[in-house]
Amino acid sequence: MRNFAYSRASSAGEAVNLSSASSHAKFLGGGTNLVDLMRENIERPDTVIDVTRIAPSAIRETENGGVSIGAEVRNSAVAGHPLIRQRYPVLAQAILFGASGQIRNMATVGGNIMQRTRCYYFYDEASRCNKRQPGAGCDALHGFNRIHAVLGTSDQCIATHPSDMCVALAALEAKVCVTGPHGERIIAFEEFHLLPGATPNIETQLAPNELITSVELPPMAFARRSLYRKVRDRASYAFALVSVAAALDVDNGHIRRGRIALGGVGTKPWRAHEAERILTGAQAGIETYRRAAEAEMAHAVGYRDNTFKIELARRVLVEVLSELAEKEVRP
Amino acid sequence: MHSSTLEEQAADSVCQSAPITLRINGIEHHLEIEPRVSLLDALREYVHLTGTKKGCNQGACGACTVLCDGARTLSCLALAVQFDGVEITTIEGLARAGEPDELQSAFIDQDGLQCGYCTPGQICSAIGMMNEFRAGMPSAATPDVSAETVELTDEELSERMSGNLCRCGAYVGIRAAIRQAFHPEPNK
Repeated sequence: MRNFAYSRASSAGEAVNLSSASSHAKFLGGGTNLVDLMRENIERPDTVIDVTRIAPSAIRETENGGVSIGAEVRNSAVAGHPLIRQRYPVLAQAILFGASGQIRNMATVGGNIMQRTRCYYFYDEASRCNKRQPGAGCDALHGFNRIHAVLGTSDQCIATHPSDMCVALAALEAKVCVTGPHGERIIAFEEFHLLPGATPNIETQLAPNELITSVELPPMAFARRSLYRKVRDRASYAFALVSVAAALDVDNGHIRRGRIALGGVGTKPWRAHEAERILTGAQAGIETYRRAAEAEMAHAVGYRDNTFKIELARRVLVEVLSELAEKEVRP
Repeated sequence: MHSSTLEEQAADSVCQSAPITLRINGIEHHLEIEPRVSLLDALREYVHLTGTKKGCNQGACGACTVLCDGARTLSCLALAVQFDGVEITTIEGLARAGEPDELQSAFIDQDGLQCGYCTPGQICSAIGMMNEFRAGMPSAATPDVSAETVELTDEELSERMSGNLCRCGAYVGIRAAIRQAFHPEPNK
C-alpha cells in the first residue's frame, strides 16, 4: 500500500478543513472498503482523515417523528437499535443481510453509502474501466458480466452499486445530510447516487471535501409492514444478485401505496417508481404484483451473462409483495 | 519489491510514523508505526503476537478476527492507527494461568478444527458473536427482527458465524463447541 498522512478529526467541520487543505484526501470510516481499495492501488489518497471519532450524533428520534442516524454510527448499531427494528424493519434486515458480523461492526453508515462497486474489472488494474480511468473503455460490457446491472446502465459502465443498506434507504425515502466548505445541505437519497451515463467516474452528488454527517428517515408509519429479500449465490456473506426492499400500505385488500427499491440490478440503488405507480390505489393480489414487476423491469437491458436477473427480479418482487400484504404487523 | 515512484517517495516524505499505544490483552504497547500498517500486521510483525492469522488479507475469510472493545473486528481491514486506546483481545489473551478457556477447550472436545488455521479467528468471532446475541442483536436468520426474543437455532449460529470460513469444513464441530461453551438460552 502507498503511504499517506493520517489525521483524526474531532468534528465534521475539522474534517472538512483538513480535507480542503490537502490535494487528494479521503475520509475514513470503518475502512472495510477503502483500506481494501488502497491495498489494491485503486484508491491513492495522499491524506486519510479518520471521521469515526467525531462527536457522535448516534441514533435519535427527530421532531417530526422520523429518525436521524449519525454517519459515524456502525452498521450493526443501526440494525440492533429498537427504533429501527420496530419502525423500519426493512432497514435492519437489509443491513443484517449485508457482509458479515465483523464487517457490520466496523462499517459506518456514511462509508456504506460511499462504498465503490465490486465489478471485477474495476478492481483489476490490468482491465479497462471507465470508472477507474475515464475514457479507457469498459471490459465488463463484453466480458463476464453475470453480477452486473440491467437497469440504469450506459455504454460506458454496467457496474452495480453493491450496498444492501442503501436499497432500504432508497425505499424509505431517506435524506442525506452533508457538510462542506460552503455549509450544510440535504440531498434526497434517490438523487445522491448518479447514473453512470458518460461519466461513470462521478458516482455521487458530493462536491469535493463534502462529508456525510447523518441520514434522516422520514416518519413512515406503514414501514412497520416492510421487508428485505436478497437472492445470492450462497446463503450468507455474498453480494446480491437481486434484492428487494419494500414497504406496503395496505388496508382490507386495498393498496394505498408502496415504497420499493431494488438491489443487485441497478447501477445505483434502484427506486422502483414504475412498480409503485401500478400499486397505488390497486387491489392487493398477485395480478397487481405481476403488473407492477412487469412495469418496473420493462426497460431492463440484459448483457451476455446477466439476462437471468430480469426475470429473477420480477419473481422476487412478486413474492415480496405477496408476503408483505399477508404479513402480521404488530401495532 | 518494485522501486518506488517519485510520487510515492513524495508521499512517503510527509507520511511519517506516528507514536501510538495499542492495549493488547491488557498490556500497553508503545509503537512507532506508519499509517498504512494494518492492525493485523501491527499484531503479528510489531508486537509478535502471531496467533492472529492472515488468510485472505481482504476481509473475505475472517481468519484475522480479533475483539476491539468486545466487538469482533477484521484486523486486516483495520489501520492500526485507528485503534489507539482501544482494548484489543487476541487469541493469546484468552487462556488463564496457562489453561485454555472454556471455548478453546470446547473446540478441542468437539473437533472444531482440523488444520487449525482459521481457529483463532473462529474463537474470537464466536466470543464477539455471543456478546452480540446476548445484547439482543437480531440476524439475517431471525424471522422477525422486531421481536424481543431470539432463539439461537443452528440456522442462527451458522448465519452469525458466516464471516469465518473453514476450508477443512469443521462447521458442525464449531457449532457444537460454541453450544458446549456458552449453553445459549434465548436472548431477551
